[in-house]
Amino acid sequence: MVVKCEEVWREISNYLDGDVDVGLRAAMDEHFLGCKRCSAVLAGTRNVVELYGDERMVEVPLGFGYRLQRRLDENTHPTRRTFFGWMVAAAAAMLVAGSFEVARSSGIGRNLRSEHAQPGKRVPPDMMVLIYPDGKTFHVAGCTYILDKTHLRSVAAREALREGYVPCVRCMKKYLNERA
Amino acid sequence: MQESATSLGHPAGQLSEAELVRRVQDGDADLFYELVRPYERRVYSAAFAILRNSADAEDAAQEAILKAFRYIKQFREEARFSTWLIQIAVNEARMRRRKNHADVMEPIADRPDEGGNYVPRDFADWREIPSETLERKEIREKLTEALASLGEIYREVFVLRDMQHLSIEETAEALKISAASVKTRLLRARLMLRDLLAPGLGGPWISRMSFGKGTKTW
Repeated sequence: MVVKCEEVWREISNYLDGDVDVGLRAAMDEHFLGCKRCSAVLAGTRNVVELYGDERMVEVPLGFGYRLQRRLDENTHPTRRTFFGWMVAAAAAMLVAGSFEVARSSGIGRNLRSEHAQPGKRVPPDMMVLIYPDGKTFHVAGCTYILDKTHLRSVAAREALREGYVPCVRCMKKYLNERA
Repeated sequence: MQESATSLGHPAGQLSEAELVRRVQDGDADLFYELVRPYERRVYSAAFAILRNSADAEDAAQEAILKAFRYIKQFREEARFSTWLIQIAVNEARMRRRKNHADVMEPIADRPDEGGNYVPRDFADWREIPSETLERKEIREKLTEALASLGEIYREVFVLRDMQHLSIEETAEALKISAASVKTRLLRARLMLRDLLAPGLGGPWISRMSFGKGTKTW
């Protein structure tokens, strides 16, 4: 059985999925041995399948699992909170309010864009940082957590903090770990 | 009142998926996150492939998982739980895309044209993938751009089959199309991506990587 290039291209996807009969597979194997173009197409198509099939291709946003878990909790147990739970929540709210007060007195933004991030300590106010208009964190140039370059804006850290952005956990780590 | 698995002395991690499903269906809501956790990444990526925006994809993924919780009693074990969940995510993302349709510019290549044979345009020899290729953000971006440039009908099939690793039949079921259409669209998607990527990944992008150390990554 002899196959032409056109037939190889038509069946190449099925060939990669092991979804061709024995006779056609043998004929295609034979064809690849003698046809540089088709063997290049096969190698490239296989590379496509392998590269996109790798789970590193998908970058899930930082904190995705945490936010999902929280939303699930809110929706699966809307009336779960006990009296003790309410007391804990009230205490936590007071603590958060206190933190905001401290933050405000140290010149940090009043409304943080992220509810579960730290505002950072002693970030040099004149340092130029990068932000997205609808983002939550600010970064330094070159940070690998910058996912979308198209809408980046460069501002002074002072301005980013005033707008409620929080430091990136990767590139601004030292300001998150520094003790006041 | 239903006791949770942990209170009965069975750590959630030791329960099989079928057992987790049954417990959640019986009302143990605490176990639902354990059930979906292995698939949260896949749910997000299915939504992202359709919406192409991380904020929208995250919202759609969360909503899909919440819907799965609400309708868990309708889940029948003839299907895999992951397939059922991804199908919900696909539907949620498609619904949102329709809603935002006025704002979304679909690629020019997005035509419901499946007829005719696809002839590979580029015959660049792209044989080896360096193992570190995907560690490079630039390469991942090139791959993401190429995928985004595919027409919707091809992108959806490719994502479910080659990124979510659903079978041909599961992909057909999720998209409500025939298995033959899945195969046709998958062939086109793979060949189009190869045409888009082979010229760069077969040489220039990879060789340029070794000179890129001193350049900015953004």
